[in-house]
Amino acid sequence: MEPTRVLVGMGTCGIAAGARKVMEAFEKGLEGIEGVELLPTGCVGLCEKEVVAEVQKNGDKTIYGDLTTEKVERLIEEAILGGDVIEEWIAARPEEPILAKQERIVLENCGHINPENMEEYLERGGYKGLEKALKEMSPDQVVEEVKISGLRGRGGGGFPAGLKWQFAREAPGEKKYVVCNADEGDPGAFMDRSIKEGDPHALLEGMLICGYAIGSDEGYIYVRAEYPLAIKRLKIAMQQAEKSGYLGENILGTGFNFKLKIKEGAGAFVCGEETALLASIEGRMGRPRPRPPYPATRGLWNKPTNINNVETYANIPRIISRGGEKFAGIGTEKSTGTKVFALTGKINNTGLIEVPMGISIREIIYDIGGGIPDGREFKAVQIGGPSGGCIPAHLLDLPIDYDSLVESGAIMGSGGLVTMDEETCMVDVAWFFLNFTQKESCGKCTPCREGTKRMLEILERIKAGRGEPEDIEKLKFLGRNIVDTSLCGLGQTAPNPVLSTLRFFEDEYMAHIEEQSCPAGACTDLLRYEIVQEDCKRCSICVKVCPANAISGKPKEKHLINQDLCTKCNACLEKCPFDAIVKK
Amino acid sequence: MEWKIEGSPNEQGGEKPKVGRQLMEKTLEQENCREKVEEIVASFPEKKGALIPALQAIQEEFGYLPRPALEVLAKSLRVPFSTVYGVATFYAQFHLEPRGKHIVRVCMGTACHVRGGKKLLETLERELGVEAGGTTEDLNFTLEEVACIGACGLAPAVMVDDETFGRLTPDKLTEVLDQYRQ
Amino acid sequence: MAQITVKINGQEVKIDRGKSLLQACEQIGVDVPTLCYHPRVAIAGACRLCMVEDKKSGQLVASCTLEADEGMEIETESPRVVEARKLVLDLLLASHDVDCFACERNGNCRLQDYAYRYEIERTSFPGERREFPLDNQNPFFERDYNRCIQCGLCVRACHEIPQAGAIDFANRGFSSEIATPFNVPLEESTCVFCGMCVELCPVGALVPKLDRFTGRPWELEKVKTTCAYCGVGCQIELNINDGRVVGINGYEDCKPNYGDLCVKGKFGWDYIHHPDRLTSPLIRKEGKLVPATWEEALDYTAQRLKEIKEGFGGEALGGLTSAKCTNEENYLFQKFVRTALATHNIDHCARL
Repeated sequence: MEPTRVLVGMGTCGIAAGARKVMEAFEKGLEGIEGVELLPTGCVGLCEKEVVAEVQKNGDKTIYGDLTTEKVERLIEEAILGGDVIEEWIAARPEEPILAKQERIVLENCGHINPENMEEYLERGGYKGLEKALKEMSPDQVVEEVKISGLRGRGGGGFPAGLKWQFAREAPGEKKYVVCNADEGDPGAFMDRSIKEGDPHALLEGMLICGYAIGSDEGYIYVRAEYPLAIKRLKIAMQQAEKSGYLGENILGTGFNFKLKIKEGAGAFVCGEETALLASIEGRMGRPRPRPPYPATRGLWNKPTNINNVETYANIPRIISRGGEKFAGIGTEKSTGTKVFALTGKINNTGLIEVPMGISIREIIYDIGGGIPDGREFKAVQIGGPSGGCIPAHLLDLPIDYDSLVESGAIMGSGGLVTMDEETCMVDVAWFFLNFTQKESCGKCTPCREGTKRMLEILERIKAGRGEPEDIEKLKFLGRNIVDTSLCGLGQTAPNPVLSTLRFFEDEYMAHIEEQSCPAGACTDLLRYEIVQEDCKRCSICVKVCPANAISGKPKEKHLINQDLCTKCNACLEKCPFDAIVKK
Repeated sequence: MEWKIEGSPNEQGGEKPKVGRQLMEKTLEQENCREKVEEIVASFPEKKGALIPALQAIQEEFGYLPRPALEVLAKSLRVPFSTVYGVATFYAQFHLEPRGKHIVRVCMGTACHVRGGKKLLETLERELGVEAGGTTEDLNFTLEEVACIGACGLAPAVMVDDETFGRLTPDKLTEVLDQYRQ
Repeated sequence: MAQITVKINGQEVKIDRGKSLLQACEQIGVDVPTLCYHPRVAIAGACRLCMVEDKKSGQLVASCTLEADEGMEIETESPRVVEARKLVLDLLLASHDVDCFACERNGNCRLQDYAYRYEIERTSFPGERREFPLDNQNPFFERDYNRCIQCGLCVRACHEIPQAGAIDFANRGFSSEIATPFNVPLEESTCVFCGMCVELCPVGALVPKLDRFTGRPWELEKVKTTCAYCGVGCQIELNINDGRVVGINGYEDCKPNYGDLCVKGKFGWDYIHHPDRLTSPLIRKEGKLVPATWEEALDYTAQRLKEIKEGFGGEALGGLTSAKCTNEENYLFQKFVRTALATHNIDHCARL
């Protein structure tokens, strides 16, 4: 009989939620018990339910969520050693839409295998793609297969991967490089991290296949230093692959050589831009250079280089081993396969999801995401992070594919999906994303260095109630021209959050400018906190919690908020036992 | 390793590196520093592309990037000193000033922003008596904002060194902080 | 070399393959504004002023970095191009100390010219500014980064021409600036004061100290000559105001220096009108140096050389020549010393 397996989600999120302690409790509880394997695993995507553990028993898999050390004892007794399923602790059932509407290809192993054990990857068909490519296919056939699959770059731009490979393959030159852009830096995005942490061998295999296809013997993985666990697991995976003959010299006895290095990023979002990334690997400032020439002809150290991101490479082994046709059958005609999204913001089921292309935003938000918390109204969803745009409620049925999204003013991006409800101010959202890109601008070209700064200043003015009617035109003028004239993708997309919120929510901007009011109640400068005297019981708790000493009055005396001192920190409103404080 | 996402010492409004202080450091066991840096450089067989990993190694060794170390590095790698300085100030990870024993990073990512990350930052600024980017006088804490630590499901979140703490409130945060006080 | 044809503002141009769109425009005299482009250094594509409209894709492209390709059609002053250029200039002015009448480059400033050409009176985006103290510590030039537009020409000049690498970009984004390591004074950096950064600066951020307040650009007469310092024979351009030299520039497209100068050629011209400068030969008479004509001086020298040679032999004489002379002059002089004076006592100041 198969041993019972207990897999505890030990991704960064899981650990942050307390997975280490839960793991220790399991270790203690299972000490001396035979026939049960306790293993760490990567992220299964149910962030809201962390700590999560999967129990694999008699061929059944059950995912338990919201685990604490206290729950471990009962879980061992009833679910692991006993034959019961603890219904009320189940995080998600396969038949529920949260899982049923997903299609997992890239994430098929995440959360189900021990990422630090290569055997488990091999058991689930790992390195079969590489073996097939090396032993049964010519490099041209591999490129052709990727072209057939229709796979487009998952880093944001959506350039056909097969075509990119073909350019690199055809580029003249002996020395070529394979580079993985693992510098996932969008706020609200953690798709690539989860793959690196949960299924690192899939990335290695994808890069190896690419190396064979384009004729390269050397690769670099450029990872954010902010992902220590991902780096650790990648290093372990590389050691294992090398030991087993999948990496290094004469791979699988075929004469194909490939060495791989990890380069840690040093904290610059712009290094997600491919020419800046290459500059960074070369040890220079991450200031992009103009394209063309594209990296496919002049890349790392001026040699032909293929750059894809983690998700793109992780799709490759599955495409090669199962065939490009099969992959192309998923999704839509022009956007094939699946896409991983990080679902965050005002949504019930935050987490990591993988869905077939062509699925509607409505299905993602309501069926998989479980809708908006506390019965509030859905307002918009930001797709593509700081480079993307927002999709408002009336476009909820928009299918998720590269071209529809671009048409609506957003982009696929790397997969950040932030949900916003009626309490989210769209001017604030635009400010938030622009504030991010503005700080991350490298400073090389004028429009991005100077222009994003001026846009941000205008947004700050509007948020503070000091906007002027012509600011709307100024923002559009700046935005349109920054998009048109910036040197690299960062600048060319930085105004998108502003332009797209202006497109759908201009009235909200106007409310800030003309009425000095924030309809969503989010721009603190435009808020007023007041004490409703009829409800106030003069308990003076608010007086004590106010960090700015803005509330006057001794116990039993009338309390008043001094609007000049109030910093709108919300502390009084939160602490008032009688709900006697309101914000207007 | 010590790192951060945002707010390098030369970020807008931030302080410029103090030349005086850096000159003072020149007296600090310069020879020792030279040996260490040369050792680090020697550990990279390939000099090309070694600048950033070497800076990372130097920062891991000294906790920050001391000026004499950068001078030695520039010479050993045959890179202009101005370029070494440029790279060190371009990337947010690098610090030209000594830093606290514990690095407290407040996530300012989308999810944390929406769920009150700013309030956590204000609490920390109050508790530690330093602004974001600053180091406490006893060199115990350095407080920083980060763009996103990717723990959005746990928003709002704070990282202390390599530990992430999620679903925080100002009260819970104060408790967390107490674990790291001297 | 293979030629290709592109269409610029409706006019067909044949140009060598490998040339940029900007070079194609230059070839037919279409003036495309640029601030970060200079033929002496690598291309950055940073200022974004040279954007032109690609008629086929409908996109704006940077003409300095894009290689001209067969069949391309571009417009250099279409409404879209003009709008984009106006924004770039407007943004630059927002971060630029627009204090033109105190600026040495007033009347010889590309930013000023382009702002005038595109009818920008003042910036539409007053806001936060980077502020820098004026650096006038070194003896040769002033650095006023409040006027800097971050085109990066100085950095590229410094790294590519003398390869001094004294300055580079520091920080990033809106905070980026041009700096020496740890902002040390230039004299403590690896700067060799060749002045190439000053030469290439398109605005008034880098200005030679000696030139300050000596004349407006339109008052200056330009005279091409050869630098008097050494045998290289660099070609220079004297800036002359009212009969006095008030500055020196290099100029391109001319051997042997193609615009490059060194610290002496660029900044060391103050001897020209110096009161201590010798302007005629002097002959010592009764213990005193007395001005003489060249004829007098040459006759006297020839006569004394002859006397010494006859009286004491050639070995009593020696010749010392100068690095300021050309190779040909040095050659002639050693020939003269060996044959006319009959001695091998010949040397050169560079060995002193």
